[in-house]
Amino acid sequence: MAQVSSTVDEQVPTLLSVSKSILLRISKFNPELDKSSKFMEFTVSYEKWTTVLEAILDVKKHFDHSVAVRYSCRQATCGSCGMLINGKPRLACFTKISELDSDVVTVEPMNNFPVIRDLTVGFEKLFDTHQKIKPYVIRDDTELESDQREFLQSPQEVEQYIQFANCIKCGLCNSACPTMATDSSFVGPQALAQAYRYVADSRDKGKDTRLNIIDESHGIWRCHFAGSCSQVCPKGVDPAMGIQFLRGYLLGFRN
Amino acid sequence: MKESTIMKIHYGTALASVGLVAVHILMRLTTGFADSLEYENVLANYRSVPYVVMLELILILLSVHGFNGLRVILLELKQGRVYEKAVSYGCVVAMIGLIGYGSRTIIMTNMGMV
Repeated sequence: MAQVSSTVDEQVPTLLSVSKSILLRISKFNPELDKSSKFMEFTVSYEKWTTVLEAILDVKKHFDHSVAVRYSCRQATCGSCGMLINGKPRLACFTKISELDSDVVTVEPMNNFPVIRDLTVGFEKLFDTHQKIKPYVIRDDTELESDQREFLQSPQEVEQYIQFANCIKCGLCNSACPTMATDSSFVGPQALAQAYRYVADSRDKGKDTRLNIIDESHGIWRCHFAGSCSQVCPKGVDPAMGIQFLRGYLLGFRN
Repeated sequence: MKESTIMKIHYGTALASVGLVAVHILMRLTTGFADSLEYENVLANYRSVPYVVMLELILILLSVHGFNGLRVILLELKQGRVYEKAVSYGCVVAMIGLIGYGSRTIIMTNMGMV
């Protein structure tokens, strides 16, 4: 877009295509070389539909190819491009610059994750905690041994967990969580929401196993119910609600 | 002990404390505030068995609730196996110490030592 802007300027602006520019501030940090992060500033032109990811890729293409950013699908499905955009955890591919309503867009790596370089963070802990809660349907029988090859569910049973199945493991909820900022051992809202996703699934028989896993000193009880995880989720998952439902099981209010 | 059991105790002690402290405050309101702090009135309170049982319960409930709250805060501040064990056992010891010290006042009063 930085290069494209001259072409756009020559065109007659229309309501659909009015090119403006913003100051894009990108956090640069290489843990192996730098002691602290610094911001590089670029003036980038954008259209009404331009996303923050597109602006970053534009900078990579035309100004600084060394900017490290992880991305893939560009349609809020893969969960790769999570970052702090103007201080809030968001998906870069799902955030339009025009919607930010600011002349300055600052992008930083997500909080509560180790920085690999620039905007790229390590997801090892998120995947470890996700794996820890056994994110799959646990049953005594299997499809292969049973005559019944499908585990039928009513729409009401699906409704119990379906929103939690939308999680794309982008880590925005963990980045927004205030407990994760101080408690490095906390299991985190992402894993807890996924624990609820399977506990609430009528096909699953692993409820007790999962409740035992999250019922430890750095487990579900360390959630302060700030609700920031639910606020930042780009897929409409409500981890805070899932956590409260799980607490209901552990306190004996739910079966 | 399971964390859920600890938290059930935590919530239970909080609720029970609210009820008993409310009764305690209401009892103080039956006499004037200044009168209730008179030396003889305080001793009389400590010698009344039902009242002293309630005071002891408040002491135990608030100590359990308070020190568990402190344990939780400290566990969130820093992590590590040795540190976490030290915090957990330290809070239990401090809780027992506080309950013992508070009970000592009641026992001394009833034994005529004050």
